[in-house]
Amino acid sequence: MSDPLPGTGERYAALAARPEFTELRRRYLRFVVPATITFMAWYVLYVACNNWARGFMNQQVVGHVNVAVVFGLLQFVSTFGIAVLYARYSTRRLDPLAEQLNQEFESDGGTGREVRR
Amino acid sequence: MNNQVLIVVLFLAVVALTLGITIWASRQNRSAADYYAGGRSFSGFQNGLAIGGDYMSAASFLGISGSIALYGYDGFLYSIGFLVAWLVALLLVAELLRNSGRYTMADQLAYRMKQVPVRSAAALSTIVVSIFYLLAQMVGAGSLVSLLLGVDSPALKNTVIAVVGLLMIIYVTFGGMKGTTWVQIVKAVLLMVGSLLISLLVLAKFGFNLSALLGAAAERSGKGEAFLQPGQLYGRDLVGQFDFLSLGLALVLGTAGLPHILIRFYTTPTAKAARKSVLWAIGLIGSFYLMTLVLGFGAAALVETGQGSPVATSAGNVASPLLAEAVGGGEGSLGGSVLLALISAVAFATILAVVAGLTLTSATSVAHDLYATVWKKGQVTEKQEVRTARVAAIVIGVVAIALAIPAQSLNIAFLVALAFATAASANLPTLIYNLFWRRFNTRGACWSIYGGLIASVGLVLFSPVVSGGPRSLIPSVDFAWFPLNNPGLVSIPIGFLCGYLGTLLGGREAGEDRYTELQVRSLTGAGAEKAVQH
Repeated sequence: MSDPLPGTGERYAALAARPEFTELRRRYLRFVVPATITFMAWYVLYVACNNWARGFMNQQVVGHVNVAVVFGLLQFVSTFGIAVLYARYSTRRLDPLAEQLNQEFESDGGTGREVRR
Repeated sequence: MNNQVLIVVLFLAVVALTLGITIWASRQNRSAADYYAGGRSFSGFQNGLAIGGDYMSAASFLGISGSIALYGYDGFLYSIGFLVAWLVALLLVAELLRNSGRYTMADQLAYRMKQVPVRSAAALSTIVVSIFYLLAQMVGAGSLVSLLLGVDSPALKNTVIAVVGLLMIIYVTFGGMKGTTWVQIVKAVLLMVGSLLISLLVLAKFGFNLSALLGAAAERSGKGEAFLQPGQLYGRDLVGQFDFLSLGLALVLGTAGLPHILIRFYTTPTAKAARKSVLWAIGLIGSFYLMTLVLGFGAAALVETGQGSPVATSAGNVASPLLAEAVGGGEGSLGGSVLLALISAVAFATILAVVAGLTLTSATSVAHDLYATVWKKGQVTEKQEVRTARVAAIVIGVVAIALAIPAQSLNIAFLVALAFATAASANLPTLIYNLFWRRFNTRGACWSIYGGLIASVGLVLFSPVVSGGPRSLIPSVDFAWFPLNNPGLVSIPIGFLCGYLGTLLGGREAGEDRYTELQVRSLTGAGAEKAVQH
């Protein structure tokens, strides 16, 4: 990547020093770190149950539907659920801060370096 | 014979449609951002469809439903790993990468590191992962088309591989990212509509009662309730159990490191659109895998899958097409023939879309990372770079054809799993460290890429996949000291460890200051690449 325009480094540093940026970073990590730990643990638990908890997995729930199938379908539910939660969280809590900081950066001279016609 | 004529006609229609898209797209390509990133002008929904089109390969469309048809519940496990993996991409990678890169995976590393070593390493792993995946798709195409046409001849398989290779060269050389993306969008729509239609027809046969469908599948399989329980395919003994754990990890951590998926995030105008595209992709891919559950158990219930049946001898690959024929009215009926031909054409479109995406990814990396930066040290014009990408696409296409023809004895699922394991071991640790660890440096990046690459490929070389067992590539010799078929359980930690050690040994570098910049840019989008305004 070619070096950005002169002075850009200082402008990034100025943004990084803003309390809004610290807050944005904190909010982002506060969601993704616990969410990642949760879905990974939940998924590894599922894989482990398939290996080492067959008795539990083989129990029938309704008709021919057993715990293994329900657990598998719950992985779908949790994936959809976390995705929706993140979409709502980021729209409400992350985007406004990011847009505010981004606009300050742009009004400061802008570095949209892509060819425009 | 009637079936075959109909299938060929629909195949030709798919080819004509995709070539038409390519010609249209080739007139729109002007700048490098057009060629590499489709002008960054795709909406979140469009890119979400294209991600689905890129990701739902023939291996997952035909492979997973076939695997369920043969092995029941265990066949379903692949799809869960494939889906959960998208949370890694959504939460940790997509938006940050969109904001901090331009065209390739390496851009994001090169932001704060020494250009030449990190671009060389990232380009190598991009090409290795893409070639494994590409071979899987092309080998699959050969056997699939010959199966669907009911002609089992090596000459036909080779011809199909060459034709698929030629088509992908045309898509990528002329259409670039814009053409490739539209091919993937069309394919995704065809795939979703086709699967939905067959799933509804299957469910209707069982009164929309999942339990009844499962019961019928279990009964016809001859295995009873065991068919619906874990253990038919994976984890029969302790080694098998760890092998399954290893596969599970590679699937869930590999997706967000697949280069052809990563570069899709660059085709949207903003990080917010990239996020939306992943949300759409999760919805589409998740619904699709739920449908493969119906297709797989439907095939087990309605199609002959016993020993010696076409489903069993094709390792499950023809389960979905034959199921389509069965629910359409059975062999010889008009409805059956039409649905069989339709699903076959969808499978063919699937292969074309995926191989095009892979070729474009490799060609982009060759031109943007290797040619423009490593070789020419940035002293190239956009025109020269794009021309190089086009030449690279031709070379990669020819190499892929040449490799795929002798590679036909390789197991497709194995090649795909290897691509995921390599992506999870070499690419994901590097991306995660780069985004979240200030001290990470050039040596750390190179070590994690090379370390993960060597560990994953090396361990497979010394695994039962290559030697020592009755189903190995070389059954006559035994140099397999690594017991697992999938290397992920060991090679992913090695990738992370190498990155950590390399960083500690590499010493502090000036790039650390640029980490602040990378962080600001990736989180806020300040100074990120913008969409091309035509």
